[in-house]
Amino acid sequence: VKFGVVRFPGSCDEVDALLAASRVGEAELLWHGDADLRDVDAVIIPGGFSYGDHLRVGAIARFAPLMVEVDRFARNGGLVLGICNGFQVLCEAGLLPGALLPNPSLRFTCRQVSLEVVNASTSWTGACSVGERLSIPAKHTTGRYYASDPVLDEMAANGQVVLRYADGENFNGSARDIAGVSNKAGNVVGLMPHPEHAVDVLTGSADGLKLFESAARVPAA
Amino acid sequence: MRVRVLIRPKAGILDPQGQTVERALPALGFSGVSNVHVGRLVELDVEDASQVPAMCEKLLSNPLIEDYEIQ
Repeated sequence: VKFGVVRFPGSCDEVDALLAASRVGEAELLWHGDADLRDVDAVIIPGGFSYGDHLRVGAIARFAPLMVEVDRFARNGGLVLGICNGFQVLCEAGLLPGALLPNPSLRFTCRQVSLEVVNASTSWTGACSVGERLSIPAKHTTGRYYASDPVLDEMAANGQVVLRYADGENFNGSARDIAGVSNKAGNVVGLMPHPEHAVDVLTGSADGLKLFESAARVPAA
Repeated sequence: MRVRVLIRPKAGILDPQGQTVERALPALGFSGVSNVHVGRLVELDVEDASQVPAMCEKLLSNPLIEDYEIQ
């Protein structure tokens, strides 16, 4: 599998994402200003502060030339993972339901969180099992997942709630403890915690690797 | 022409900025303040004001979480 990690002005976790993806396949950086996905099999939109988070988180990044290609790729079933700011970008782009709002504390918070896998049949969680706990760090100011109740009900019915904060771990006030969601088809996933920072027990946990391994298991289209 | 767009968090969505301001005012001796909400103001000069609603829908606001008012 060949991963492409998008670099925007203001990205800051693209190198960790590149290193994490490199553990399970090939990986290269993609530049936001190029309208070329370079034939990658999976796209990762990394964390950071794309375009300085001006106006709203993710609001400007979604108009980057590369995002037009990512949109087309995703709608054709291509694998896309949005991490933290990448999740915010995918929500703004309409590739994932809902939006991310400021933490109730209004503070940047960095902590290891325990996540529960709710759906293990998406392209990015196929190497997990339902109910499995993943220990992954989260670090953000704007991570309160929000969608209206009818949308949340529909997402639950469609299996689009992929990851939940385990009991007592929902520090950012996310609706229904949601930490990660997918589109209906399950090829596009976004989450606030950072699996790319949890790929080696030396730094606390290797649970994050499972998301990258999941993508590597998906047969090439 | 000069256009102002007021953007507010949608009613019913937790607004921690508004809450923080609401809590801070009594500490300064201002009483009787409630329902404080903090939003954004965008001012722009436009040749064709009929385009402003589309600008609001596509970029200036996120209609899932914000309401906008054009003045």
